[in-house]
Amino acid sequence: MAQDVFTPGIVPGRLEPGEYDSHFSDLHPRLDDHAALVAADRCYFCHDAPCITACPTDIDIPLFIRQIATGTPDAAAKTILSQNIMGGMCARVCPTEQLCEEACVREKAEGKPVLIGQLQRYATDHLQEQGIHPFVRAASTGRKIAVVGAGPAGLSCAHRLAMHGHDVVVFDARPRPGGLNEYGIASYKTVEGFAAAEVDWLLQIGGIEIRTGVALGREETLAGLRDQYDAVFLGMGLGGVNALRVEGEDKDGILDAVDFIADLRQAGDVATLPVGRDVVVIGGGMTAIDAAVQSKLLGALNVTLVYRRGRDRMNASVYEQDLAASRGVRIVTSAMPVGVTGNGAVREIEFSYVDADMKPTGETLRLAADQVLKAIGQTLEGEGLPALDGGKIAVDAVGRTSVDGVWAGGDCASGGDDLTVTAVAEGRDAAMDIHASLTAG
Amino acid sequence: MADLKSDFVGIKSPNPFWLASAPPTDKEYNVRRAFDAGWGGVVWKTLGLDPHVVNVNGPRYGAVYGADRRLLGLNNIELITDRPLQTNLDEIKVVKRDYPDRAMVVSLMVPCEEEPWKYILPLVEDTGADGVELNFGCPHGMSERGMGSAVGQVPEYIEMVTRWVKANTRMPVIVKLTPNITDIRQPAGAAMRGGADAVSLINTINSITSVDLDLFAPEPTIDGKGAHGGYCGPAVKPIALNMVAEIARSPDLQGLPVSGIGGITTWRDAAEFMALGAGNVQVCTAAMTYGFKIVQEMISGLSDYMDSKGMTSVDEIVGRAVPNVTDWNQLNLNYVAKATINQDLCISCGRCFAACEDTSHQAIAMSDDRTFTVIDDECVACNLCVNVCPVEDCITMEQMAPGTTDPRTGKVVEPEYANWTTHPNNPAAKAAE
Repeated sequence: MAQDVFTPGIVPGRLEPGEYDSHFSDLHPRLDDHAALVAADRCYFCHDAPCITACPTDIDIPLFIRQIATGTPDAAAKTILSQNIMGGMCARVCPTEQLCEEACVREKAEGKPVLIGQLQRYATDHLQEQGIHPFVRAASTGRKIAVVGAGPAGLSCAHRLAMHGHDVVVFDARPRPGGLNEYGIASYKTVEGFAAAEVDWLLQIGGIEIRTGVALGREETLAGLRDQYDAVFLGMGLGGVNALRVEGEDKDGILDAVDFIADLRQAGDVATLPVGRDVVVIGGGMTAIDAAVQSKLLGALNVTLVYRRGRDRMNASVYEQDLAASRGVRIVTSAMPVGVTGNGAVREIEFSYVDADMKPTGETLRLAADQVLKAIGQTLEGEGLPALDGGKIAVDAVGRTSVDGVWAGGDCASGGDDLTVTAVAEGRDAAMDIHASLTAG
Repeated sequence: MADLKSDFVGIKSPNPFWLASAPPTDKEYNVRRAFDAGWGGVVWKTLGLDPHVVNVNGPRYGAVYGADRRLLGLNNIELITDRPLQTNLDEIKVVKRDYPDRAMVVSLMVPCEEEPWKYILPLVEDTGADGVELNFGCPHGMSERGMGSAVGQVPEYIEMVTRWVKANTRMPVIVKLTPNITDIRQPAGAAMRGGADAVSLINTINSITSVDLDLFAPEPTIDGKGAHGGYCGPAVKPIALNMVAEIARSPDLQGLPVSGIGGITTWRDAAEFMALGAGNVQVCTAAMTYGFKIVQEMISGLSDYMDSKGMTSVDEIVGRAVPNVTDWNQLNLNYVAKATINQDLCISCGRCFAACEDTSHQAIAMSDDRTFTVIDDECVACNLCVNVCPVEDCITMEQMAPGTTDPRTGKVVEPEYANWTTHPNNPAAKAAE
């Protein structure tokens, strides 16, 4: 029965048991005490530091690094978490090379930034592993707020509201809270159930009730929530997935990358997960990279990531692209899928190369494929929502929507760049505006 | 490659880098390794009378660190040699025999009476050592017993003991001075009057490096207690340089050779001591931090420097900077400089801005795009921005040409030298006329 990387079709168990452990271990293990002190010593404690400006949640990075350097990592964690309650997850998944670490003056000086992300993880892990929750809930205000979506935006909003004494009910359609932290991020970025542990830690503030298996438009409506609660925050993310719109898209073996990743994240034993021998991932964002790399790590022989535009237009960071390449993923750019062939199940997928104006060049590419993962973007689903802008809920700078008493943030809201850290910032800022609105006068 | 041969008060060595009397020179094994590594000489760890002293059996050192745990300052509570006198004498003799071209100086510390000196000096002479160094410096432990800095802090004692030693040996005598005094010229003058061939300085500085905040005890902590120790390492170099210069430029002390000690870590440190008047240098903490191999960098560095300056003897460096050490009241008040920031080198950390804005003269402007520029109208050329900038040569002090107008004062920069003694704000200026 032994399967290996050459076995055709979509099968589990392509690797030796020990290989799975090494493939899905922590991408960046936590710095030990010594490494953290050495890394912290490189911080120049810049004035009005560029790294703070680059952080969507405005974490006072020089201060927390100085707190690490002086032997008070728990104080550092509080500095981080007071701005970003999911600082632990952001330390793992933030594209720091495009944010704080890109802005670090030592990147400019030596091409080697201070390891801000890893130092942040060092501090937050240090505090959270002790089970310490450093924030205290204010006296109850008696106000009730509904938060739709238990992802980074919703939980950030809920925590901030609870801290100010409001009672919060968080609804989520999935069986477990966490949103994309729990279902949508590559395993090797958040190992050992960190996403769930972080949610448990966050809920220690009190005053937050989580109701899973409840979706807007299914068990609840926005109008109903507005009636029952003093304010509503919408942070349900993007539930829909874009289609390829090519002939043969319904063949077996073609699935959404987000589902593939969610199955992987929820699997008790990744060795039981089936994966194709020849996997083709279509898309150019972080989801595409995560799906491609994990396919390879599961034992796929050939993994090709195909993106319709040039490499410079890929949403995935250069770091992520390099990570994929180093794991053996082939990246093809400027190619659009035009047809899927196969008898029942996909066997081959054909691409047409395109120029910068997306016009076919006449060149084509045919890739053997027994599994195709679609990662070409997600869409907002739902009816009776506030006014939209570009397919997302239109919001102002503090998350107010077109509907009175309804705020929104995270991936479902306009603006932002669909990063975890941005969602946390938007949830936090909306919470502050909700709090101000409810306590005004 | 320049010839680094050194002749210090008649003691010859292949280079001017000696290891100071300290743990690295405590026994034959270490000293052989030092000579094999290339050190020009050693001052053997201080000998005393038997029964030999004992050391604590807990920590002897405490430290002060810079970034990345770089050792900047070291403090010790170790005493003089804790081995029998004859053991040391025997080892000194065989090492000197095997390394005849290296300088072998023996540090001594015996009670403040003539007899012990009369007793020990012939024993040292018998080893073939090149000279002796009188340890009047150790500030801890031995000073409680009336030796070390307890002698070095009383010029009359220094003069008296030095005279005894000179009367009882043919060897050159170097008197090692303690910095734990107010005016280094006083003990140096006493040594000179006593007939010393040279002084060496500085010995260590009284210090407590840190406090254990759990035990509430000074470091290093011995069973819950701590005693002050002697501080050394890069952190004390500025103090040592000043004391060396004070001796070098004192009219009363002209001709008194100085062996420079205090935080010397690189060839550059050594050259600086020599430029301020030290005939050679002694090193300890740097060797204790990095091992004996550092002398190779010191040799190549000093040699390259001398080649670049066209110097053929280390004596050409000695004292070269002394004429430029002066008193504050002799500094040219008509010299006007302004800070300049090299925008190509600037990494926009903003430390210059924070320092100037918060603690100085609000003379640096910061733009929205983090460009930092000097406001000449406010800049007093204090140099703080240069000092806090993490990039070498990014901020420099540029002299304003005579005839130009200083935008801060609105005054034309005068070409003539003028100092405080004649400044109109000096109440004493008129009286001096």
